[in-house]
Amino acid sequence: MSGRRLVVVGASLAGLRAVEAARKSGFDGSVVLIGAEPHLPYDRPPLSKAFLDGAGLPAFRTEEVLRDELGVRLVLGAPATALDTAARVVTAGEREFGYDALVIATGAAARTLPGTGGLTGVHTLRTRDDALAVRSALDDGARTVVVGAGFIGSEVASAARKRGLDVTIVEALPTPLVRAVGETMGRACGALHARNGTDLRCGTGVAAVEGDGRVERVRLTDGTVLPADLVVAGIGAVPATGWLAGAGLSLDDGVVCDETLFTGAPGVYAAGDVARWHNPAFGRHMRLEHWTSAAEQGATAARNALDPANAKPYSTVPYFWSDWYDSRIQFVGVPATEEVRVVDGDPGGDRFVALYREGDRLAGALTLNGQTQIMKYRALIMRGASWADGLEFADRRRSALETA
Amino acid sequence: MKIIVDRSACTGLGICESLAPNCFEVDDAGDLILLTETVSDEDLDGVRQAIEGCPTEALRLEP
Ligand SMILES: Cc1cc2nc3c(=O)[nH]c(=O)nc-3n(C[C@H](O)[C@H](O)[C@H](O)COP(=O)(O)OP(=O)(O)OC[C@H]3O[C@@H](n4cnc5c(N)ncnc54)[C@H](O)[C@@H]3O)c2cc1C
Ligand code: SF4
Repeated sequence: MSGRRLVVVGASLAGLRAVEAARKSGFDGSVVLIGAEPHLPYDRPPLSKAFLDGAGLPAFRTEEVLRDELGVRLVLGAPATALDTAARVVTAGEREFGYDALVIATGAAARTLPGTGGLTGVHTLRTRDDALAVRSALDDGARTVVVGAGFIGSEVASAARKRGLDVTIVEALPTPLVRAVGETMGRACGALHARNGTDLRCGTGVAAVEGDGRVERVRLTDGTVLPADLVVAGIGAVPATGWLAGAGLSLDDGVVCDETLFTGAPGVYAAGDVARWHNPAFGRHMRLEHWTSAAEQGATAARNALDPANAKPYSTVPYFWSDWYDSRIQFVGVPATEEVRVVDGDPGGDRFVALYREGDRLAGALTLNGQTQIMKYRALIMRGASWADGLEFADRRRSALETA
Repeated sequence: MKIIVDRSACTGLGICESLAPNCFEVDDAGDLILLTETVSDEDLDGVRQAIEGCPTEALRLEP
């Protein structure tokens, strides 16, 4: 089998798991890992959590482990610029890399606020460099405005409040997190901000971010002017597929793949935030921006790319978490909108469990500080449990707790 | 095989519980409880997946 070449494009979580899985499966050919950032692969979730509170930079493997133990050729600071699926060649600037198996793991890039290009003090939070800039502004006691009440923006607001700084979140929609957890539960999560001293303003947009060289104020569409030293845009991410224009792959909000993460071009698989694949657990295509699926898909994509004849489907119940103030929000499944029912706790309080129904199926579960419950619902959803099963399980848990 | 948890690394995310529910459970305070010291053969696969799936690399197996 030696002499075969695996190329992985994107040197982050999915890319790292791809090269590790390749070696674990016994692949002894050459492995090239191409990354746009100059850094070794590192972990992102801590960037908006522990790192902003003062922890060290999150790292995965040392260069020695990657190079010597895993036998990976690292090509960093070198964004791939083109893919030729007929000739089986990836181009990065002047260099070309032929492959027999290719994993696309270029992730997603943060959306930026239009018209803020020249201003210092305006950031997104996706990379290590972004996080360093945001942390140093917080260290300076910045008056902070977060644009977008999503998970990352909310974590930035939490970090600012932990330091006692003034922070405002501006959200264009009337309710935060509607796409992620639905309307009612979005409101319940959003209420955490007011309880922790963050000024959350929904239903108003940003008209302009102003300043002379450096940001000084944010002007809202309702006329309000917010003084600001730091503006963090948490307005979503777009899959990094620009370099694939002309490659002939199917691109539609990500690289479209089948259930084995196969893109349709011989030897080419995709993984992580960039992949829109068919998830057999829900019978539909989805693109996730979650740690767990990016890690698992990276490994699956590499194994499948190296042994397409035995390619295995990747089926999962999506899972993500987010830490706000002293609370943990966890979600499993899909945020179906047909019915959302709170089965434990109080959505106005500090602890609750909500279930999501799709048809007669249990489709999702959201917990606030429900660490001991969430994975039990994940297991139920994985087994295809009905809505009635979900409610009955919740009942049994409640009565067990009441009699305990 | 015995499961070893690095308590300083584990943040109670529960991915291990969803992969090997016979061996791991996260309690209400977000602390990980080991339901068994030694892993049975039938749970070994799930525990291996949990080790790989843990975002903080807090788990390992010892003979
Ligand atoms: C601040 C933050 C907090 C998060 N918190 C959580 C959380 O609490 N829970 C959770 O479940 N998930 C969280 N996530 C999401 C999780 O980190 C992502 O799902 C995960 O990083 C995806 O991994 P990936 O490898 O697919 O993509 P990415 O991590 O986006 O990596 C893609 C890599 O490819 C590189 N690249 C892009 N284009 C090219 C190119 N043309 N050539 C070469 N390289 C290229 C990029 O520079 C990048 O390094 C968070 C993300 C962020 C940014
Ligand atoms: S997956 Fe890891 S971090 Fe999460 S509870 Fe298990 S050991 Fe702890």
